[in-house]
Amino acid sequence: MDEIGDFLSAYSTLIALVGVNALLALSVWVTLYAGQLTLGNAAFMAIGAYVSALLGRHLGTPFPIALVIGAIAAGATAAPLGLTVFRLRGVYLAIATLAFGEVVRVILLATPITGKGQGLNGIPPTTEVWHVYVSLAVVAYVLWRVQGSTVGRAWAAIREDETAAASQGIPVRRYKLAAFVAGALVAAWAGGLSAHLTFSIEPNDFAFTRAVQILVFAVVGGIPNPLGPIFGAALLTALPELLRPLKDYRDILQGLILLLVIIYLPRGLVTLAQLRRTRRLQEIGAADVA
Amino acid sequence: MLLEAAGVTKRFGGVVAVNAVDLAISQRQAVGLIGPNGAGKTTLINLISGQLRADAGAIRLAGADVTGAPPHALTARGIARTFQGVRLFKGLSTIENVLVGRHVRMRADALRRLWPLGIPDRADRDRVRALLERVGLTGRAEALAGELSYGDQRRLEIARALASEPRLLLLDEPAAGMNPAETGRLRDLIRALIDEDIAILLIEHDVRLVMGTCERIAVLNFGRKIAEGGPAEIQSSVAVREAYLGSEDVA
Repeated sequence: MDEIGDFLSAYSTLIALVGVNALLALSVWVTLYAGQLTLGNAAFMAIGAYVSALLGRHLGTPFPIALVIGAIAAGATAAPLGLTVFRLRGVYLAIATLAFGEVVRVILLATPITGKGQGLNGIPPTTEVWHVYVSLAVVAYVLWRVQGSTVGRAWAAIREDETAAASQGIPVRRYKLAAFVAGALVAAWAGGLSAHLTFSIEPNDFAFTRAVQILVFAVVGGIPNPLGPIFGAALLTALPELLRPLKDYRDILQGLILLLVIIYLPRGLVTLAQLRRTRRLQEIGAADVA
Repeated sequence: MLLEAAGVTKRFGGVVAVNAVDLAISQRQAVGLIGPNGAGKTTLINLISGQLRADAGAIRLAGADVTGAPPHALTARGIARTFQGVRLFKGLSTIENVLVGRHVRMRADALRRLWPLGIPDRADRDRVRALLERVGLTGRAEALAGELSYGDQRRLEIARALASEPRLLLLDEPAAGMNPAETGRLRDLIRALIDEDIAILLIEHDVRLVMGTCERIAVLNFGRKIAEGGPAEIQSSVAVREAYLGSEDVA
């Protein structure tokens, strides 16, 4: 009996982790959809995690309110940061946002209230699996609807051609900033949830590796729509567990999957579904001709 | 006067690409802008549409000073343009391209879309489809813009520009790469637009298209306006002939 209980609890942690990672992948999807490569979402996740955990610990703030304040803190950081870094493009933008992540990490390492290098321990495990999945459902739905709106189209236009987008009347900087702040809010929310899932957090949980991991979830899943990042996060989070017997080769297999996806499905795993649709359309077309 | 550019100047390093050019366009008027390659025609359009900021001079639109205004603000005020090399959103469908072009005339609908029923932008989609029909792209509405033929891409770019309901349309070599039949339809379209109160500034190397649509023609050479007048005047101008063919004593 004990063994089954252990298994289930381990399983539920994994399920929750899949959801948190899917939220993180969606947080970077917003900026990627607008064609902007930003790597600051691990830092926004850290802000959400630390702010919500500290509020709960020192002020007894109720969990949902602590999450909201954590997200607002990240959004309030993202807005002025975005005003500055969106003067940059491409790889320079990525480096600048990465540098911001390092700054946040170093501040966390140096500040007494955040527990310096040891981080925060004994965070109450308030997060339930359903909290994670309700959040994920809401975020995914909102992003899916926004994608088809004037805002989503403006983001796509900026991704395709910034100059042409501006000449269609789109205030490019403002829309990039909106995407960046939206991503920060989602990342911070995920950070708050994950902090109350894992009991303890430390600065290195939110370092370079995490920033890249979030990006990889989204890229492997695919950017064409919000389903991609969810799919990518689910696969890459569950895979190591499923491959537990091959533990020694886990990282190699994960790297291999990333490589194969980038080479053969540069627009991500969701394009698999689209490929099938295209083929079906071609068959219909062929039937019409015949 | 719809558009008044006065003494507009743009320098790139040591090169004066546009040098103290005056240009005025009134409503319902098509003005042609011609000149040899590198004369500064596209730079002038980039200045008028806000892609570039003038180093000197002033630009007024319907009486309001718009010097230095950003491109998105100018689009909202009624200036639309096409690009010399065609700059479509290649990964978006034909209809989405035109919907983006309608951005400044659409109500932001991100929040209304959270309610799952109904299509808040139906009226805009109808208008956009009408524009596609007008330029002859109805059958290609769902195709990706990048998959269209070159002539179709040019027409799509004009439809996208028209979607913002401009008062002034800047066309940068719209007939490049079109066959004579397509150019003929383009000429009919330009004439129809003028009848609908849209002013046009047309850069074009196809002299017959310019002569057949524009009541006034300005000629640029080395960034300066060297002549301006009606088609007949320009055709007989010595200065224009020298700009294109070189002056007698050089030859």
